[in-house]
Amino acid sequence: MSILIDRNTRVITQGITGKTGAFHTRLCRDYANGRECFVAGVNPNKAGENFEGIPIFGSVKEAKERTGATVSVIYVPPPLAAGAIDEAVDAELDLVICITEGVPVRDMIATRYRMRGKKTLLVGPNCPGVITPDEIKIGIMPGHIHRKGRIGVVSRSGTLTYEAVGQLMELGLGQSTCVGIGGDPVNGMKHIDVMRLFNADPGTDAVIMVGEIGGDDEETCARWIKENMRKPVVGFIAGVTAPPGKRMGHAGAIISGGKGTAAEKLAVMEACGIKVTRNPADMGRLLKSVL
Amino acid sequence: MNVHEYQGKEILRKYAVATPRGIPCFSVAEADAAARRLGGKVWVVKAQIHAGGRGKGGGVKVAKSLEEVHEYASKILGMTLVTHQTGPQGRVVKRLLVEEGADIRKELYVGMVVDRASQLVTLMASAEGGMEIEEVAARSPGKIHKLAIDPVAGLTDSQADDMARKIGIPQSSAAEARRFMHGLYRAFVECDASLAEINPLILTGDGKVLALDAKLNFDDNALFRHPEIVAMRDLDEEDPAEVEASKFDLSYISLDGNIGCLVNGAGLAMATMDAIKLFGAEPANFLDVGGGATTQKVTEAFKLMLKNPAVKGILVNIFGGIMRCDTIAEGVIAAAKEVKLAVPLVVRMKGTNEELGRQLLQSSGLPIISADNIADAARKIVAAVAGK
Repeated sequence: MSILIDRNTRVITQGITGKTGAFHTRLCRDYANGRECFVAGVNPNKAGENFEGIPIFGSVKEAKERTGATVSVIYVPPPLAAGAIDEAVDAELDLVICITEGVPVRDMIATRYRMRGKKTLLVGPNCPGVITPDEIKIGIMPGHIHRKGRIGVVSRSGTLTYEAVGQLMELGLGQSTCVGIGGDPVNGMKHIDVMRLFNADPGTDAVIMVGEIGGDDEETCARWIKENMRKPVVGFIAGVTAPPGKRMGHAGAIISGGKGTAAEKLAVMEACGIKVTRNPADMGRLLKSVL
Repeated sequence: MNVHEYQGKEILRKYAVATPRGIPCFSVAEADAAARRLGGKVWVVKAQIHAGGRGKGGGVKVAKSLEEVHEYASKILGMTLVTHQTGPQGRVVKRLLVEEGADIRKELYVGMVVDRASQLVTLMASAEGGMEIEEVAARSPGKIHKLAIDPVAGLTDSQADDMARKIGIPQSSAAEARRFMHGLYRAFVECDASLAEINPLILTGDGKVLALDAKLNFDDNALFRHPEIVAMRDLDEEDPAEVEASKFDLSYISLDGNIGCLVNGAGLAMATMDAIKLFGAEPANFLDVGGGATTQKVTEAFKLMLKNPAVKGILVNIFGGIMRCDTIAEGVIAAAKEVKLAVPLVVRMKGTNEELGRQLLQSSGLPIISADNIADAARKIVAAVAGK
């Protein structure tokens, strides 16, 4: 079992003909069941053509109707990314994964507002994507470092997610699903949304939650865990050394007005019964200790 | 991106946000001329740097004669202004704003931010203006009023009026306050601001509502649609190392420690800094080389780190995903040779082709210390820098 995506998921790629989209579509197609999963691309100027055998449609709606796909992944450039999400939401897909980095916040405010009351879930933008190992990978993470298993991983950062996966693999622990929710201040699914799914997934035994400075999503999730989670969760927060007012790469990773520090997040997580480590090399071992 | 107060006010005036009349000046002679042109009997000479707390640091002076304008402009231009936001090294003042004096009856606060939880632009206002809003928030959070703004409806008249009333603006100035808040909201949205702070917003003796100060920050991701704001960028206000880094598409931030670190990915970069601290030292920088690191990028990253004289050792931490470890190893070797590296270097590589990468480093003949994981790498570089 897994969350969000599995071998039966059918995927539309928005931006399949661009450089990034083409590169990662090939890698996704070549991973596990990718050949069956990646069934359509979208580009209004190239409708009727195909990308290495994957048919290209003029719109998400048409791609969905013609292929039965319910999920899309977005690689279009930042000025067009929010519009691409809107199109997928309007086509009533179940899930949209937006990889694009650098989407203006104002665009995301409008898009998230439009999504209210709609059924579509959003992961990202500015994220590595979602992988259910040995079944399907949707995004830019390196597939080969993962193995199927029973640990869930949720994180705001790309390479730090891979780091957590790498540590699990050294201990022989595979993953049910890994979700990179992205580092932007206004985005789709938060830690808490992914945690709810892991809690309900019979294929997940425990979860690694990786956070970073900025905002209070980790605290919100921690409080929910305290009341509701039936599985062990371990955590790490990056940015103990980050000074206030400096944006640490990710648009959302900034301590402002004394809020969003790593120390504060770690304290709340511990108070909510989550085992945390301040050593980024220790995430895997800590997880194993709670199984 | 940040802009100066005078630039922020220029933007706000385009949206009918009232401010005192003022003229930016780059020399004392310009300040003299500005005061004469503004006329009146009282002027304010204000240092223009990208940091708050200028008044306390002696960068804002009220002049009651043209002679005093001259005196204060001479004093402030060229001074090194130290405030709680500049750090102990301070910032050299290169620009002034000379403004007409204002008859202040009340000092209030109005700000706007993007609230992450509601995912909406949020208006914040308080009757406690003129002081650090963080202090007000900590001492008496009830005195800060907040309102999340519906992006479709925008800020409504009744919402603006209600907020004005809450912060003690009298009914006689309600129309002015409404125009002010509408203008601020429109400026915030249309210019893709990420933060707007008017502190203080003042009520004058004759009932006017004016922005006495203006702090605007803009969303870097949206600058492509605002060339007029990009043109306001003042490189003197930015860390030269960070400016240099941005030319090579490197995300770099200077810090106070002595261990340089080069990492791929922002989260992993922060985690690497944290590991250095965990083992008793401090990072000299945050540096994310991004996903597509080439030999040239890695070389530039090394040069950048080594420009900082405080750097006594370097830690490279790469999780090779799509990017292969052998490519990174080649980059590190080329960079170490080109910069004639003289400080200890610890490299930790994990992921695609890690064995190949490690072999390349070993056979390079360079004194590179190899590490297995982040903690091991941090421990080794801290020990090497300490001479152990």
